[in-house]
Amino acid sequence: MARFTLKQGYDVPIAGDSNPEVVDGALATVASVRPADFIGIKPRLLVRDGDSVLAGTPLFHAKDDESQVFTSPISGTVSEVSGVVRGDRRVLLAVNIESDGKNEAVSFEATSAAAIPGKSSEQLRETLVKSGQLALFRERPFGHVARAKHTPRDIFVSAIASAPLAPDPAVLVEGNEEYFQAGIDACAKLTLGAVHLSVPGTGSVCSAFSGAKNCQIHEFSGPHPAGVVGVQIHHIAPVRSRQDIVWTITVQGLIQLGKLFVLGRVSPEKIVSVAGTSALDRRYFRTINGAPLQNVIRGQVADETIRYISGDVLTGTDIGAEGFVGLYDDMVTLIPESIDSEFVGWMQPGFRKHSMFRTYVSPWLPKQKHRLDTKVWGGHRALFASDAYGKVLPMKMFPLFLVKSCMIQDIDEMVGLGIYEVTEEEMALCEYVCPSKTPVQKIIREGLEFLYAEA
Amino acid sequence: MRFIQDAFDKARPLFEKGGKLELLYPLFEAKETFLFVSRERTASGCHVRDSIDSKRYMASVIVALMPCLLFGIYNAGYQYLTGIAPGQPTDIHRCLWEGALRVMPIVICSYAVGGIWELVFSVVRKHEINEGFLVTGLLFPLVLPPTIPLWQVAVGISFGVVIGKEVFGGTGMNIFNPALTARAFLFFAYPAQISGDQVWRVVKDGVDGVSGATPLLVAAAQDGVQVVDRVSGAFGGWSNLFLGLIPGSIGETSTLCCLLGAVYLVATGIGSWRTMLGVLIGAFITCFLLNQACKDNTAINALPFCYHLVSGGFAFGLVFMATDPVSAAQSNTGKWIYGFLIGFLAIVIRTLNPAFPEGMMLAILFMNAFAPLIDYFVISRHMAWRMKRVEA
Repeated sequence: MARFTLKQGYDVPIAGDSNPEVVDGALATVASVRPADFIGIKPRLLVRDGDSVLAGTPLFHAKDDESQVFTSPISGTVSEVSGVVRGDRRVLLAVNIESDGKNEAVSFEATSAAAIPGKSSEQLRETLVKSGQLALFRERPFGHVARAKHTPRDIFVSAIASAPLAPDPAVLVEGNEEYFQAGIDACAKLTLGAVHLSVPGTGSVCSAFSGAKNCQIHEFSGPHPAGVVGVQIHHIAPVRSRQDIVWTITVQGLIQLGKLFVLGRVSPEKIVSVAGTSALDRRYFRTINGAPLQNVIRGQVADETIRYISGDVLTGTDIGAEGFVGLYDDMVTLIPESIDSEFVGWMQPGFRKHSMFRTYVSPWLPKQKHRLDTKVWGGHRALFASDAYGKVLPMKMFPLFLVKSCMIQDIDEMVGLGIYEVTEEEMALCEYVCPSKTPVQKIIREGLEFLYAEA
Repeated sequence: MRFIQDAFDKARPLFEKGGKLELLYPLFEAKETFLFVSRERTASGCHVRDSIDSKRYMASVIVALMPCLLFGIYNAGYQYLTGIAPGQPTDIHRCLWEGALRVMPIVICSYAVGGIWELVFSVVRKHEINEGFLVTGLLFPLVLPPTIPLWQVAVGISFGVVIGKEVFGGTGMNIFNPALTARAFLFFAYPAQISGDQVWRVVKDGVDGVSGATPLLVAAAQDGVQVVDRVSGAFGGWSNLFLGLIPGSIGETSTLCCLLGAVYLVATGIGSWRTMLGVLIGAFITCFLLNQACKDNTAINALPFCYHLVSGGFAFGLVFMATDPVSAAQSNTGKWIYGFLIGFLAIVIRTLNPAFPEGMMLAILFMNAFAPLIDYFVISRHMAWRMKRVEA
């Protein structure tokens, strides 16, 4: 076991924690599968409005690889009214399935948990790809959805919640310890190397994580982004080149993976925590992949203009009140939209302002949590250097220069400065602290896609 | 404050695209964001942002400059009063009043003329007004002698803003520190007023007046007395040099005030302690070596580090000019190298070069030019390390 203590980073002082009490969310009558979740593939539709599907029936496949299918999480019919949703230039936005309440599924080969290590990796892989559950994995470099044609060098899992208001992985895994272990066992067969599980270096670690077998356990401590898997990969076994492909999966993804092999069916159950000051009932809710946001917030929101975020406030997606929870997200965050402006805000002493820079009074006071809204807090300016980026990125790299190289699309420099090691997630805090209000995540994503297309 | 906001909302269509005053949008934007933190909502990436912005960032430097400015005003008055008639009462009110009469016109002139240029460029280029100018507009007067003619202030800041910054594309794109560029321009264009043999303390009737030498000029003189005795004798000891009640540029004389500014900049996380420490170490080592090599303890080469620290613009340049986030090196390793070389060069120019008594300004400008090269070197090494890792 290796220990890593990360110094750089910053915990955003945001109020609105959720209470780790797991309750049932509203029953999902509809589930949405959205190609936007699967970065890096172009979808080709396989179903039509009115088709009936089972959990595990393919809905669309990747244009460049017919074997890579994306499947329905529940049984029912592709909704007549809003089943296949297309956007501008007929881009496929979503396939919405209306549940028939029967919960029927395509059956795949079931293997007892104990027998998984004895299976051949080809057998497991076949089930994984056919069931569409390959999409539970994402790959590095590029942060795309895992591709059927790739075999990962290693697989990484982070069991650390360092993101703002993120749910405690120990609670998420409770009651599913066996499936979690089965998922790890399956991963060990899917990779050429090892499964790496990162656990918190401080406080007590739940036995499902500390006692996990068939994987290498690493301890990370430090402020956010210590829990971000890309940061952990950098310290454990970095991505060195374009061909050096690794996969990542979330804790709940592992549980779903374990269930797939043990039960022989797609099992979309997961827990989504509700956080943020605009949400009134902030608990953990049992729901499924692709469930509507309203199933977990159930209308319990403050009377104000609200930003509905699937994921955390740094990397999440604005999905609106009628949106659906993202496949890889295990939380939703509701925060107030910025509606007012502040009189000479930049001149105030700032007793109640959140800032990593200690130019305001509040960072000097005992730690307090703030009710953050979606204000940008300033105009966009030319990217001028400050030490800020380096202070929040615990990786051996030059984030400021990396961002600049992406802006000018200098491939040699992007590669030399380590673009293969990052996605938006690792760089999110740089964007948060940037005094010039540079859209760092957008720049990094565009840089990655530019590089990907250049091959 | 609602009514002001309403007034702005009402006037907004005039300045937006298609409005009558569309050309002046940057002026409108500057006024509005000066008064109100914008309501703009996050659109991509992070949904929440740190409440710092470039205004606050730059304003912090101005806060850090306040001790230097206030003391500079006091000192200008003090030098004036003792200059016109030694023995005059020099109580604090009179000094501040007389000082303000001399210093404030320079500050106002710098802000006004520089501000006009800034506005012209933002209108022509259609970008928002950059707050970097708030700092430049105050840094520049503080490195001028209080007797400088106002027309030179205007010419200097024009050169600094236009050639030093705007031709490169504005704040964030410039290579040289605009305030120092302006100072260097005056230094070479009008040497008589800015640094002849002596620094003017008082100007009467435009030409005539009383002048006094600065510590570095005294140190560079040759009269057979030990250099330390000569300097400390002329200025009432090291502690007086440290406090700064001596003739010199407005904001530069007090090392104590610069130190206060440094503490503020480092504590708030705005100024780079790496650059500052680098300069100190570079200057210290250079001084130490020169002192060791120098047999003649009357020469300026024998002046110990602690006197270099408190004389001329060393401390001011170290704290406020070398740490400029735009023109300095941007990598952490680069900051150490950049700082070290500034310290080294400043002392070398002061001691080994007879032409210029003060070396800090030239050292910083010189290293501004080299900062990208230093970064290039640091980045190349990092890239080489990464390439090696790929092959391993």
